Amino acid sequence: MATTDTKTKVGTGVGFVAILVWCLLPIAWIVSLSFKTVDETNAGSAQFLPKDASLDNYKALLGLTDDPVSDAAASDFGQALLNSLVVSLVATVLSVLFATLAAYAIARLEFRGKRLVLSLALAIAMFPVVSLVGPLFDMWRTFGLFNTWPGLIIPYMTFTLPLAIWTLSAFFREIPWEMEQAAQVDGATSWQAFRKVIVPLAAPGVFTAAILTFFFAWNEFVLAISLTSTQKARTVPAQMSYFVGPDPFNPPYGQLATASVIVTVPIIVIVLLFQRKIVAGLTSGAVKG
Amino acid sequence: MAGIDMRNIVKKYGDGFPAVNDVSIDVQDGEFMILVGPSGCGKSTLLRMIVGLEDITSGDMMIGDKRVNDLAPRDRNLAMVFQNYALYPHLSVYENIAFPLRLAKAPDAEVDEKVRAASKTLELDEHLDRKPGNLSGGQRQRVAMGRAIVRDADAFLFDEPLSNLDAKLRGQMRSEIARLQKRLGITTVYVTHDQTEAMTLGDRVAVLKRGILQQLATPRELYENPGNLFVAGFIGSPPMNFLPATVEGTSVTLPFGAVEIPADKAEKVQGRGLLIAGIRPEHFEDASVVDDKSAGSTFRTHVDVVEWLGNEAYAYIPFEAPPEVQTQLQELERDLDGESLRTQLVVSLDGTSTISEGDEAEIWVNTAKMHLFDPATGENLTVDRDRAGRIVGDAMAEAAEQPVAAG
Repeated sequence: MATTDTKTKVGTGVGFVAILVWCLLPIAWIVSLSFKTVDETNAGSAQFLPKDASLDNYKALLGLTDDPVSDAAASDFGQALLNSLVVSLVATVLSVLFATLAAYAIARLEFRGKRLVLSLALAIAMFPVVSLVGPLFDMWRTFGLFNTWPGLIIPYMTFTLPLAIWTLSAFFREIPWEMEQAAQVDGATSWQAFRKVIVPLAAPGVFTAAILTFFFAWNEFVLAISLTSTQKARTVPAQMSYFVGPDPFNPPYGQLATASVIVTVPIIVIVLLFQRKIVAGLTSGAVKG
Repeated sequence: MAGIDMRNIVKKYGDGFPAVNDVSIDVQDGEFMILVGPSGCGKSTLLRMIVGLEDITSGDMMIGDKRVNDLAPRDRNLAMVFQNYALYPHLSVYENIAFPLRLAKAPDAEVDEKVRAASKTLELDEHLDRKPGNLSGGQRQRVAMGRAIVRDADAFLFDEPLSNLDAKLRGQMRSEIARLQKRLGITTVYVTHDQTEAMTLGDRVAVLKRGILQQLATPRELYENPGNLFVAGFIGSPPMNFLPATVEGTSVTLPFGAVEIPADKAEKVQGRGLLIAGIRPEHFEDASVVDDKSAGSTFRTHVDVVEWLGNEAYAYIPFEAPPEVQTQLQELERDLDGESLRTQLVVSLDGTSTISEGDEAEIWVNTAKMHLFDPATGENLTVDRDRAGRIVGDAMAEAAEQPVAAG
């Protein structure tokens, strides 16, 4: 069966490479673009690698040039980055916190309307965001939430919370109930059993939910552009749409690409950080398996 | 340490199904009590009511002198070993054992001392830093026991702790549990469906059927003086033989012929008509290897199958039973989770016996050990009440009226 094995290996390898190229080529293109100078992009250069790689774009975006106009734009970008980070992190932390409690109740307790809660959560998560923009815009103007961090965090949580509840309730259901009973017999209160046994066991689920939630919040655009008006609360995806440059017919491709790279970095860092935590089969050995 | 006194405990589920019905068991301080019965008899439910994981519908659960019905599990100071061990997979073996102490906020030095002592007792020293996922079944079992013995609990509760182990390990762990319990002298309630565990471990054994206590006695008493057909059929392997019997004077007519029984037994069953005779396989013997035949009777019969095991042999002798006995025996078989296809006598013969399949053999039976049961109620008419522990009157008939538990 050696030939089949070789064929399978080659097939797997080819498929793997194909998928990698398909997924990573645009990213490589963006990275390459970010090192090209304005002259080069304006000339419509078609080559993949920059002819004359420079860090000008990064310097401009991070405010390291001597040009005051460029520095002002850079501080806008920095502010947007901060907005994005705060809004996404707060939305994630709150969602995961509430979702952990809600999902635990859904997985463990028998109560009326349990199914209703779950289906409602799903329905809300599926609700098209675009249809909410108009009413929200008016409401937020009235409540004074327009163009503020909470003004973004609250609507973000309408889709991140259901997402986290669904992910987490699936994880909680996998945890044997005996674990908790054993803890109670060992002298734990319900809260201690939850905190010391159930939450650590659900940690992979919590991290998975956190990553998903963070992605959704970080990438959100429609609400970000509609519910903000200034740098005060505008997040990076929205801010990037204001990168027009001096010539409206020649968008600053290099700078856009650089901004993309910069916003991608935190995501990659977070994935790598949490990846270690998402260890499959953490519950193995709890009960006879 | 303390005794556990269950008084008229009832557990009814939402649909009114009584999983445990009016059970009273007094577990003495330091006693090893076994709860045994076929699946669905309510033994695990009873144990979970002791520890507080199930609510008690009515009755009093006393630990020591305290009524604990309304106490949370953590306030009852009991240690429990679960059937599937329920170890905490994110903690090391050390922390698993230390868990109850950490919850009690014991100082580190004390925790260390107690955990080391427990791990020494259970020979877990070299595994303390490992995670439960990397341990074998027997090691996990020992960790679960370590978590129980590390605290000064009033009693140990075991819920079928050996059912997930293979046969060899089960035997080792069984003697390990017995040794540990004797050494610590701690009150223990142990749930099992395995009658070998029940017989070997228990100071006393409570036999349950469909939520009703049948008999509460020492293993020897249960074996020699079963209170009713159910207990008689449940305790012993291979199980007791049940044969249709009619008594006239001191002569009992069995399907294989008439045998003589002692006068005191015969007296108790006069004028009862058709009865069920219960004789254990080892109370039969190949007549040719018995020296003193005076204690019993012999009969000739046709042997269908012989299983020779070396030290002994089992001979199977089919017989016809009248319909009224047949139905009772079939129902009993169902209660015992079994399904026998035919009515047959199982006879344990000496290893030196030369009886082989298809032989016409002469079998000796020790009729002094024979029990006679009422076919209608299942009650043992010839029971020696002084040596039978506590028999719950009419328990079998009551249990028969209970709906069968699902699962």
